[in-house]
Amino acid sequence: MRAYVSLALAGFRRYSTYRQAMVAGMATNVAFGLLRMAVLVAAVGQAPIAGYDVAATTTYVWLGQGLMAVVVLWGDKQLADRVRSGDVVVDLYRPWHLQSALFAEDVGRAGYAVLVRLAPPVAFGAVFFPFRWPGFGTAPVFVISVALAVAVSFGMRFLLNATTFWLLDNRGVQALYTALTWLFCGLAVPLAFFPDWALPIVWSTPFAAMLQAPIDIFLERGSPWPLLAAQGFWALVVLAVGHLVLARAVRKVVVQGG
Amino acid sequence: MAESVYLKLVGARLRGQMSYRTSFLLQCVAQAINQLAELAIILVLFNRVSALGGFSVAEVVLMYAIAGTAFGIADMVAGQLDELPTYIRTGTFDVLLLRPLGTLAQMMASDLHLRKVGRIVAGLVVLAYALSRNDIAWSAGTVALAVLAPVSGAVIFSSIWVTANAVCFWVVDGQELANTVTYGSNAFTSYPITVYGPWLRRFFAFVVPGAFVAYYPSLALLGRPDPLGGPALLGWISPLVAVAAAVVAGLVWRTAVRHYRGTGS
Repeated sequence: MRAYVSLALAGFRRYSTYRQAMVAGMATNVAFGLLRMAVLVAAVGQAPIAGYDVAATTTYVWLGQGLMAVVVLWGDKQLADRVRSGDVVVDLYRPWHLQSALFAEDVGRAGYAVLVRLAPPVAFGAVFFPFRWPGFGTAPVFVISVALAVAVSFGMRFLLNATTFWLLDNRGVQALYTALTWLFCGLAVPLAFFPDWALPIVWSTPFAAMLQAPIDIFLERGSPWPLLAAQGFWALVVLAVGHLVLARAVRKVVVQGG
Repeated sequence: MAESVYLKLVGARLRGQMSYRTSFLLQCVAQAINQLAELAIILVLFNRVSALGGFSVAEVVLMYAIAGTAFGIADMVAGQLDELPTYIRTGTFDVLLLRPLGTLAQMMASDLHLRKVGRIVAGLVVLAYALSRNDIAWSAGTVALAVLAPVSGAVIFSSIWVTANAVCFWVVDGQELANTVTYGSNAFTSYPITVYGPWLRRFFAFVVPGAFVAYYPSLALLGRPDPLGGPALLGWISPLVAVAAAVVAGLVWRTAVRHYRGTGS
């Protein structure tokens, strides 16, 4: 267990070394937030849509801009590259459970991202635009929800990377994943804007658990408990499936010579 | 002579990209889905509102289709300029300087993103649909504009890509800032510029000439006056703006390369 805590701390420190990149990233993030906000406010400015008025919409945009780097909505290639190069063999014979080790590192990364990626756009949005803060009681629930969102996202990315054991080149799957996440996690438009017939479908994907769920909890749209339950369910499912997939994959790995 | 070298370079890259066939096909499909996902977002929004910035769903889809197709072409040709910081950091750029070919052309030929074909094809399909759905007074002029608009847009986007990434010669971590302008102007141009506030509009429509990619040509195709009061002529000058943007991009790149010193690694 102590090893995993150290890994989480290492993950935190690793990402905190790139400070200049962080500032540049913040500028980009704000620019995209402004663009997204303009389009959505042009829509809800005429009349509130599905409970989203202007204040709820700007809060949704800036919270989303912040959360997307904490939760990580696109695929990452770290493990995939190591599988391709064969370095994964080294990872596999270390005295750890590979999935847990990567998870620990990702938790550290997310912790750092909360400080530098989530706080600035939210502060920017709260200072310059109408912003809707939740009640005090919601804060701890929101924290739990973000943590679960990170777990679901990690689980999905781990599965994505694990496909490399079979495909060798998983860039196609990665690209597909990014397209689906963007559409169904609630980043481009709030999921509530989808037509009524599509709502049960978009809400039943793990993507909804990654971004829209914590945002809805922050905005106090209805009871948080069903959202948390769905997030917990998906976190368990993707992590468990990842565990099983890794076990299968390990049996496929062939170490050649040496 | 030089042309055949470029053709060989591009041919080699294309064969390389097709070597993992399943992955390549999936990437093409993913690019098409990406393009259509952006369309889906517009349709989802219009499911709840009847107009956006004073434009109907068919009109916005037309703007998006021109912008999306143009961006797809630019991404295929100039998208690998995103790798420039890596080239500079690892010293690979010095190798390009040693060869008796243009650096910019080499960068572009080095990794033509063939998978973006998926994005372009999806964009063209949506464009054809949008052109048929809108009430357009077809004449030789509008036909020429419908063909030239995505091409001019692609040149404008590519010029933006070159100019923005040339910043990386001065600023080591300039990549993210370049993304603001390249991918940002893609996001910007897909919607009528009337939805944006004055500052965003000034920057993305005129400093970066994003308004000439889709907004003004669409107005000319639709025969609509500009709600912002711009003259009707603006709709027809995108090809000229594209040429001007390409010249600026070429000059900026040349200056940047002259200024370049290797990192010594």
